[in-house]
Amino acid sequence: MNHLGLIIKREYLTKVKNKSFLIMTILSPLIMIALIAVVAYLSQLNNNKQRTINILDESGLVQDIFKSTENTTYNMLTNISLDEAINDVQENDEYGLLHISKGDGPITDYDLKTKFYSEDSPSLSIISSLENRLERRIEDLKLQSVGVDLEKIKASQTDVNIAQESFSGETSSKIGNVMKLAFGGIAGYLLFMFIIIYGNMIMRSVIEEKTSRIIEIIISSVKPVQLMLGKIIGTSLAGITQFVIWVILGGLAFSLVSSIFGIDMSQMQTPQQEMVEQAMSDPDANVKVQMLFNELTSLPIANLLIMFVLFFIGGYLLYSSLYAAIGAAVDNETDTQQFMLPILMPLILAVYVGVFTVIEDPHGTVSTVFSFIPFTSPVVMLMRIPFGVPIWQQLVSLGLLIGTFTFTVWFAAKIYRVGILMYGKKPTYKELFKWLKY
Amino acid sequence: MKDLLIADSVSKKFGNFTALNNVSIAVPEGSIFGLLGPNGAGKTTLIRIINQITMPDTGTVTLDGELLKPHHIKDIGYLPEERGLYKSMKVGEQAVYLAQLKGLSHTEAKKRLKYWFDRLEIGDWWNKKIQELSKGMAQKIQFIVTVLHEPKLLIFDEPFSGFDPINANLIKDEILRLREEGATVIFSTHRMESVEELCDNIALLNLANKILDGKLMDIKREYKSNTYEVGLNTGNKEELKKQLEQKFEISKANFRTVGDELKLNIKLNGSDSPNQLLSYLTNKAEVSHFVELIPSANDIFIQAVKKN
Repeated sequence: MNHLGLIIKREYLTKVKNKSFLIMTILSPLIMIALIAVVAYLSQLNNNKQRTINILDESGLVQDIFKSTENTTYNMLTNISLDEAINDVQENDEYGLLHISKGDGPITDYDLKTKFYSEDSPSLSIISSLENRLERRIEDLKLQSVGVDLEKIKASQTDVNIAQESFSGETSSKIGNVMKLAFGGIAGYLLFMFIIIYGNMIMRSVIEEKTSRIIEIIISSVKPVQLMLGKIIGTSLAGITQFVIWVILGGLAFSLVSSIFGIDMSQMQTPQQEMVEQAMSDPDANVKVQMLFNELTSLPIANLLIMFVLFFIGGYLLYSSLYAAIGAAVDNETDTQQFMLPILMPLILAVYVGVFTVIEDPHGTVSTVFSFIPFTSPVVMLMRIPFGVPIWQQLVSLGLLIGTFTFTVWFAAKIYRVGILMYGKKPTYKELFKWLKY
Repeated sequence: MKDLLIADSVSKKFGNFTALNNVSIAVPEGSIFGLLGPNGAGKTTLIRIINQITMPDTGTVTLDGELLKPHHIKDIGYLPEERGLYKSMKVGEQAVYLAQLKGLSHTEAKKRLKYWFDRLEIGDWWNKKIQELSKGMAQKIQFIVTVLHEPKLLIFDEPFSGFDPINANLIKDEILRLREEGATVIFSTHRMESVEELCDNIALLNLANKILDGKLMDIKREYKSNTYEVGLNTGNKEELKKQLEQKFEISKANFRTVGDELKLNIKLNGSDSPNQLLSYLTNKAEVSHFVELIPSANDIFIQAVKKN
């Protein structure tokens, strides 16, 4: 009699065939994509707006630094008073007027007074872009005035990138670290979300069996532990199905939307991007991209994947068995609050530790300790592994996790066994403890 | 007759609360066994132990001479008092699933379900969801699921609660038919009239202890007190009553007749026979009613529990 298989199949099919599950699975990526598309479209609309900025330069120092771009036209005004210039901008409904005048000191001090006149307060990015240009121009002028050859300065500019290598010979770099963080972060966050969404689903399905009073019929045929494990596995399979559909649908919808609306994130023109593009036209850029790929391939991919799967399963079993126990202990969902807190606390703690300390120091004391504590280790260890964790540490942590989830599954099964047949009042922690001895 | 199920000195405690204290029962094969007792007596705990849902602290349970093991699940059909079905699952799917959990194959389960659905005239429910059915309809499905795998031992906990009289009768007839076909039934209830109708043997639990068990008829014989209910037509009721009072132990009787008789319960002393009483009475008055008072299951139940 393969009861476990039957239970898994039923749990999976009822979850997957459920209408709200179907709607969630199909609609949520579409809604997400639609939202992103709308935001992207709106910001593109905003950034594509043609802006004309008039510049009245009374100092005569900054003539040639404002080159018009696709979206922004710079208009140099001459032989016109400030008042007339302001009137002009207003009448022609232009974006604004940058007024540059000489400071109080002699011209050789290059002390400029600048002011921006506009209808509404101007966008921060435009102001900082203007400021940047002026600053660079004046720096150059000042350097020239003291007899510095700008060509030589340009020639002397260097870009230092400290290569990092551990004693065991693993090399890494700053870009690589960012990538590792991204890997670890995504893995940890995925687990966190998975536990919360599907843990709750398990809990609700246990409560449903209690409230519909079918539970006693079922457990006269199967062992409560089988039923609990069947629920956990069936629900997670449904969850994995949902995730996979999300990824596929999301990918499809995203490429569809971007091809229809012609929204290409990398092509979006914003003032910041103009600056980034300048930087990217650097001859170094190619080297950097090359380095990025090198980093990617040098990540311990196999280790990462294997450990991801193991810690994911371990962490998920650990928490979902507790969710199942909570579901068994109470009669309805409103009573679950009291028991949810002790479960959510370590989970949230793990994410915080992961985000704040692993970035700072992946092998520091705090990160290391939390990557061993079973309730936080799945998230924290997954975040640490891309930075290269000794294999013995991974194994010890995994061992502790397996030990703990064996214990929690046993513990949850005890609570479950007694709880599913208890109706009526909400149990206290003390009573839950007593149930262990029944 | 051989005993199919024997529970031997079974005890179970929940913390400090004793649910069963050294309870032994023996259920003869092919009989209907009434497991009776007030609320909280331990009936459900005993039933759960037989179903291997809870384990006894001490004591053993044997089925067909063998200690209870997981494989016995398929030999037992259990209709619990707290019963329900998955609300959002279709009737047919659900019944097949539950039957599969009892060890039937998918095709076999479907075949037998079709038979039972036709038998109880509910064939067109197959694709309905439980939430579309009334409580009584859902109970029919539960009954079918309980008996579908043709178990040797059937356990019904309050089977008639929630049924209207017509359906209750239908289920009662099905239970009797199943016994004819060789099934053994344990039947737990508060409804004493159904005990009278169905049970061959009973055990009475109170406060975790078994206080009474045996064949229902034997118990009745044991509990009867040689009391006769009589109706007497006479000109002078007061006079007759006084005479009888001197000779017998009498009390007021409650039964209905069309005439205006003197109605009395007369208890015989050890040596007197009913015939002697009858001939004594026929000399005094015209006897219109003469019945031996046999205690009902209900009377025995109340009496035993009170005495305990």
